[in-house]
Amino acid sequence: MTTHLTTPLGDEVLDLNAGDRVTLTGMVYTARDEAHLRMQEEGFPFDPKGAAIYHCGPVISGETVVAAGPTTSARMNTLTGFLLDAGVRALIGKGGMNADVAGLLRGRAVYLAFTGGCAALAASRMKVRGVWFEELGMPEAVWALELDHLPLTVGMDAHGHDLFGDVAGRAQAEFARMFPK
Amino acid sequence: MHTVTEKELCQAVSDATRQALAIAETHLPKDVTAALQAAYASEKNPVARAELGAILENIALAEETNRPICQDTGVPVIFITLPPEIPLTAAIEEGVRDGVARATASVPLRPNVVSPMTRANSGTNCGEGMPIVHISPGDTFTLTALPKGAGSENVSRIAMLLPSRVDDIRRFVVETALEAGGRPCPPIILGVGIGGTFDRAAFLAKEALLDPIGDMNPFEQQICDDVNRLGIGPMGLGGTTTCLAVKVKQAGCHTASLPVAVNIQCWAARRATVEVVL
Repeated sequence: MTTHLTTPLGDEVLDLNAGDRVTLTGMVYTARDEAHLRMQEEGFPFDPKGAAIYHCGPVISGETVVAAGPTTSARMNTLTGFLLDAGVRALIGKGGMNADVAGLLRGRAVYLAFTGGCAALAASRMKVRGVWFEELGMPEAVWALELDHLPLTVGMDAHGHDLFGDVAGRAQAEFARMFPK
Repeated sequence: MHTVTEKELCQAVSDATRQALAIAETHLPKDVTAALQAAYASEKNPVARAELGAILENIALAEETNRPICQDTGVPVIFITLPPEIPLTAAIEEGVRDGVARATASVPLRPNVVSPMTRANSGTNCGEGMPIVHISPGDTFTLTALPKGAGSENVSRIAMLLPSRVDDIRRFVVETALEAGGRPCPPIILGVGIGGTFDRAAFLAKEALLDPIGDMNPFEQQICDDVNRLGIGPMGLGGTTTCLAVKVKQAGCHTASLPVAVNIQCWAARRATVEVVL
């Protein structure tokens, strides 16, 4: 079953479980390393309450999203606390985040995994609505993108469950069985 | 054929580079798409099936709209075969640079190439020693573009193993996939270089990624099965599809050495070969 979510997000994200399929519609804001640092220093150019942050460095041509798949979220592990404190309800990216972030998400927000590399699919479901910090360069700028039913998987939920962590743990155990010391 | 001028050679290589990159970035090779379709058909895990479904939809959309498959359009790695009648001159590398800059503007590609220390972006995907060009003798004049993304390149590894422990090769390759987890955008392809020298092993691993992935020898198949038993699955979200193929290349090495390199390739295994037309 697929849950359809629309931004701004509220307490409905607390009902989601790791492994659930969802779609997301409405405005999201892209942010990579540089944009996180900038927003930490200067504040948000958008309203962070109920917002969804997309870990993405898109290729934009004029008003058109050419390609906009997710980047590796783990690079933002130490840069995420202030977003959640400000009311951000969802992080979107690939590869998951660490146990510290899993703790920070508890009771507040979720991590949504978008299939890595699916830039053409992403581009087909989004429109450019604005940009800030353009001087950081195209991939590092904050782009306001309007989504139309982007398909996502709940990778980390608000109850402390982390699908990436579970899978990695099982893989470690299997490796130890395959290659005993 | 008349004697080729430097200018004609440069232009022909530039055109071929631009064309090969444009195809590679928007059209996944048939063998890779077929392997992903087979994985989708056999995968039982619902999350993994949904991830593979999204990948297949993305491949079809990229082809239909002529857009890059992935927003990390990579750094250009170019392989050229040179027939005996074509002179090996600086015009060839010059042509590749020109073609890469043109493809960056026309496809368009994300400008990914920066200076390693200052991190200044050239904007053209060219830089000192970049694009990377490998030239080898051949019967025909062909150019292959292998755009390589950072997510999978960053978790690739090399080791100088103990020559007395050849059995450790398998362990090292599987461990590389384990440590990479979901970060290289699985399902992955593993290019493995065994032997040579420190640098040659890494080159062999990259070169192995040029091979079509349809067939594997028993050694490659065993490593592929081992990696799939880890259950990492598409994007690290779990499932039986972690590795589409393992390709191994070997070279002779020093009796006291055993270099092993693993070059990880994401599912967007982009490569395209075109003829250089003079």
